[in-house]
Amino acid sequence: MLVDSPPEQRAETAPAPPNRRAIRAAGLLVSLGVLLAVAVASIAIGAKHLPVDQVWHGLFQDSGTYSDVVVRERLSRTVLGLLVGAALGLAGAVLQALTRNPLADPGLLGINVGASAAVVTAITFFGVTSLTGYVWFAFAGAAIVGVLVYSLGGSRSATPVRLALAGTALTAALSGYLQAVMIMDNAALGKMRFWTVGSLGSATNATIMQVLPFLAVGTVLALGLARPLNAVAMGDDTARALGAHLTRTRALSMIAATLLCGAATAACGPIAFVGLMVPHAVRSFTGPDLRWILPYAAVLSPVLLLGADVMGRIIARPAELQVGIVTAVIGGPVFIYLVRRRRTAQL
Amino acid sequence: MTSAPPGQPVSPLPVSRQPVSRQSASRPLVSRPTDMKTTSRSASVNRLIADDVTLGYDQRVIAEKLSVEIPDNSFTVIVGPNACGKSTLLRALSRMLKPAHGRVLLDGQVIQSMPAKKVARTLGLLPQSSIAPDGITVGDLVARGRYPHQGLLRQWSSDDERIVRESMESTGVADLADRYVDELSGGQRQRVWIAMALAQQTPLLLLDEPTTYLDIQHQIDVLDLCAELHEEQGRTLVAVLHDLNHAARYATHLIALRGGEVIAEGAPSDIVTADLVERVFGMRCQVIDDPETGTPLVVPAARRRRATATSGGAVTTGS
Amino acid sequence: MKPTRSQVTGSAAGGHSGSPARGSRGAASAQPLRIRAVRSRGLSVRLDIRALTVVVLLIVAALVASVVLIGTGDFPIPAADVIRTLMGNGDAGQEFIVNELRLPRVLVGLLVGAALGLGGALFQSISRNPLGSPDVLGLGQGSTAGALIMIVLFKGSAFQVAGGSLVGGLLTGLAIYVLAWKRGVHGYRLVLVGIGVSAVVTAVNGYLLTKADLVDAARAVVWMTGSLNGRGWEQVWPLLTLCAVLVPLVLVNARPLRMLEMGDDVAYALGVRVERTRMLLMLSAVLLTASATAAAGPVSFVALTAPQLSRRLTRSPGPNLVPAMCMGAALLIVADWASQRAFGADQLPVGVVTGVVGGVYLLWLLVTERKAGRI
Repeated sequence: MLVDSPPEQRAETAPAPPNRRAIRAAGLLVSLGVLLAVAVASIAIGAKHLPVDQVWHGLFQDSGTYSDVVVRERLSRTVLGLLVGAALGLAGAVLQALTRNPLADPGLLGINVGASAAVVTAITFFGVTSLTGYVWFAFAGAAIVGVLVYSLGGSRSATPVRLALAGTALTAALSGYLQAVMIMDNAALGKMRFWTVGSLGSATNATIMQVLPFLAVGTVLALGLARPLNAVAMGDDTARALGAHLTRTRALSMIAATLLCGAATAACGPIAFVGLMVPHAVRSFTGPDLRWILPYAAVLSPVLLLGADVMGRIIARPAELQVGIVTAVIGGPVFIYLVRRRRTAQL
Repeated sequence: MTSAPPGQPVSPLPVSRQPVSRQSASRPLVSRPTDMKTTSRSASVNRLIADDVTLGYDQRVIAEKLSVEIPDNSFTVIVGPNACGKSTLLRALSRMLKPAHGRVLLDGQVIQSMPAKKVARTLGLLPQSSIAPDGITVGDLVARGRYPHQGLLRQWSSDDERIVRESMESTGVADLADRYVDELSGGQRQRVWIAMALAQQTPLLLLDEPTTYLDIQHQIDVLDLCAELHEEQGRTLVAVLHDLNHAARYATHLIALRGGEVIAEGAPSDIVTADLVERVFGMRCQVIDDPETGTPLVVPAARRRRATATSGGAVTTGS
Repeated sequence: MKPTRSQVTGSAAGGHSGSPARGSRGAASAQPLRIRAVRSRGLSVRLDIRALTVVVLLIVAALVASVVLIGTGDFPIPAADVIRTLMGNGDAGQEFIVNELRLPRVLVGLLVGAALGLGGALFQSISRNPLGSPDVLGLGQGSTAGALIMIVLFKGSAFQVAGGSLVGGLLTGLAIYVLAWKRGVHGYRLVLVGIGVSAVVTAVNGYLLTKADLVDAARAVVWMTGSLNGRGWEQVWPLLTLCAVLVPLVLVNARPLRMLEMGDDVAYALGVRVERTRMLLMLSAVLLTASATAAAGPVSFVALTAPQLSRRLTRSPGPNLVPAMCMGAALLIVADWASQRAFGADQLPVGVVTGVVGGVYLLWLLVTERKAGRI
C-alpha cells in the first residue's frame, strides 16, 4: 500500500534544484528559530507567573532563591521536552517510512504502551525504582511490542489498517494488564495514573542525563538511515533493485525507533500522536525525501511537544494538563482528518 | 463471430439430464428469468437507458449530458482509453452511482426510485471489487446470488437449489462446488463470480472489466462464456473491456467513449475503423479482418511508421 | 491447481459433446449442494446442522457453567441444590443466596456476554476485519469516559455511573459513525476513525483519572476493568428488555449483512440497501455494546474473541450471529467462574480474566491468521 509513490519516485530520480534546496535550508533555520522561541516560552510561562528579569536571573545568575529554583526546574523540563519531542518525531518519521504507512505512530502502534507495561512491571514486581534501572525494561517492552505489531500487522504485506489494528489490539491487551496491576496494588495506582498519561512534569537533570546517551545513539542512527529508507519507501523489490540492504535497514530502523521511543517513554510516559503529526506536516513542505524530513521532524516535533506542554500549563492554571493529554486531544482530530482525506482504495 | 439472432442457441449443448426450465423448448442450460422477453418486445424503447446524465465523484465531473441506450438482447461492450468514464457509466447504469443530473431508466422507470430487490431481479452486475468472505465455498457463494429472490421465510427453495446448480454448470464450476473460493485460480474465481451473477437470474447483466488480471487463455474463456450466455440464453450483456480486439470480436454493439462522450456506437464491423481508433485512443493503426471471425482487428502501427506516417497507406480499413 | 485449471479450459473451449468437462458437469449435477433447508408449502428456512449443533452445545455449556457459578462463592452450594432451589424447592437460606444474590449476577453475565458477542460479530462483519471489534474501535473507551465523569466529577451512584456510561458509549458510537461518513461508511475508514476517536477518549480518561482522589480512582479502575460483582435484578430487567427488542431486529437483518460481506458493490447488485442496512445494524451493535458496558463495565475482548471462536467451531462463512451470541454468554460466565476460583470470590474482576484470554487469542492470531493474510 504505497500511498505517496509518484512524488517519492520523483524525488529519488530528480534531485531538488539548488534553489529549492536553499528554500528548505532556510526553512530549517526558521524552524530552529521557532523552536528557540517556544523553548523560551516554556521557561517563562508556567503555573507561577515570573517576570522576565527573574527568569534571566534564574538562568544565568542562579543564587538559589525560590524563583531561581522554579526557573531551573522549568529549564530541565524544557530540555527534556526538546529531547523527547525530537525522539518521538524521528521515531515517527522512521516508522512511517519503514512500514510505508502514513498513519504509523509510536503511540498508535502500541510501542509506547509496550514500554509503559514493561516499566510498570519493573516498578511493581521487581522493585526497580531508578530510571537507569527501568529504562532497560522500557527498551525491552518497546522492542517486543514493535516486533509483535509489525508481524501481527502482516510484516511486508502490512497495510495501514492492519498495523493500526494490531497496535490498538495490543494496546488494549496491555492496558488490561496495567489495570490488573493497578487494581491489585493501590500504591502503584497512585503513582502510575500520573505516569501513564505522559507528562514532562517530573523532569530533573538526572533524568535528562540518564536518557541522553540512548537518545543520542538513536538520533544518529535515525539520521543515518535517511538514504536507505528513501529506497525502502519505494517498495521492497524496487529497493532491492536499487541495491539497498533491506534486512539491515529494517533491523537498524527498528533499533533506532526502539531506542528513541523506549527512552522517551521511560523519561515521561507514553505520548501519542507527536510522531504522527509532525512528519506529516513536514512532508507537505519538504516532499518525501527523508534526508529533509528527518531533520525537520527533529526540530519541529519539540516545537509541538513544548507548545502542547505550555498550553497545558496555561489552560488548567493553577494546575496543569499533562502534555500527553494535550497532544492526544490535538492529534486525534488530525489523525481522523488524515484518514478521511485518503481515498479508501488506498487503505 | 456469429450471425445467429440473439436468443437462439447456436450450438446446443448436450445436456444429460431432464429439461428443468418451464419454457425451455430448446433446453437452455440455465432457465430463463421469468420476465425475459426474448424477441417479442413490441415497444421500440430499450429496457436500459441513460438519459442525459451527468456523472462524477464529489466535485469532479467525469461525463456531462451523456445519453446511452443499451439495445435489448445485445452484447454491448463499452471501450475507451483510461479514465474516459467507461466504468463510471457502467456504475451509473447499475444504480451504483447516482447521476448528478439526468436519469437512468430501467423499463421506463427511474432506476433509483425502484425497490432495490426488484432492480436486482432485473439487472445483475459483476463489479470489479468483490470480496469472497473467508472460508466460503463455491456453492455457498453462488447461492448468495439468489438473495433478491429470497425472503425471511423463503430462504432456500428447491427452485433456488436448481438455479444455483444450473448456474454453476453453465459456467463450468459445478465440480468446484465444495472447494473454498480462496483456493481457486484467478480464472476460476472469475467464473464463480459470474456464476453468482447468473444465479441472480437477471435478463440484463453488467460486467465491469471481467477479464482484468486474467491471462489470455482465461480472458478468452470468460468472454466465450459471456457470448454463450448472450446467444443461448438471450440475455442482454453490457461489459466494459480494455482490449479493443476482444471488444470487436465479441460485441454485437460497441460504444466508444472518450472524455465522457460517445464518439461512436454501433456494430463493430460498421464502426471500427482506423480513423475511429485514432480519434478515441489517439493511436495510429491498421484495421484488418480477423482471420478467425471476420470481425475488425486492430493492429497498432509499427513504431517507425507511427512516427513518420501521415494518414497515408498505412491507415486503411480492411485489407 | 493444474488439473482443475485444465478442466475449466476444457469446458470453455468445448461446447461440444464428448469433452470430459461436459461429462463431469452431468455427473456433478447429481451431487447435492451442501445447503440444507426445511421446506414446507412455499416456505423454506436454511438449516446449517453444524452451526445448530454448536449453538446447542454452547447453550448447554453456558447453562452448566451458570449452575456451577451460582454454587461458587463464600458459601458453596452443590449443583443439585442449586437446581432444586432454582426450581423453587430449596431451603430459605439457599433461596436467598441463589435467587437474590447469585442468580441476577449470573443473568447479567449471560446477557452482557451475549450482547457483547453479538455486538462484536456485527462490528467485525461490518468492518470486514477480525480485529474490528467495539473495544478496539473505542466504544469501550467512550463508555468509560461517561462512567469516569460520573465517578470522578459527580461521585455518582452505581445507577448514575451506568447511565453515564450508556450515554458515553452511544455518543462515541455516533461520533465514529458521523466522522467515518463520506458518501457512505467504508469498513476501513470506520476502523481507523474508531482508532483515532479511541486515542482521544483514552487521553481524556487518563486525565479524569489523575483528577480523582485515590479512592475514586480505585473505584474507577475496577469499573474500567469490567466486573460482575454486586450486579442484581435492577441490571437484569433493562438489559433483558433491550435484548428482547434488538436481537430479533438484528437477526432479521442477518441475510443482508451476509451479502454486505462480499463488498458494497456486490451487495448493491443483489438488491441490498447497503447504507440503510449498515446504519441499522451499527446502531444496534452500538446499543448492545453500550448497554452491556453500562451494566458490567468494559469487559475486554469478549466482543473480539467470541465471534472468532464461534466461527471456527461452526466453520461457516458469514457473520455467525447466533453462535457468537451464545459463545459470548458462555465465555463470560466461564471467565467469571475462573476469576473467582483462581483469585477467590470478588478479588479480581472478570475483566482481568477476559483480558488474559484476549491476550492469548491475539498471540494465536499472530501465529495462525497472519499466514493466511486475513487480519
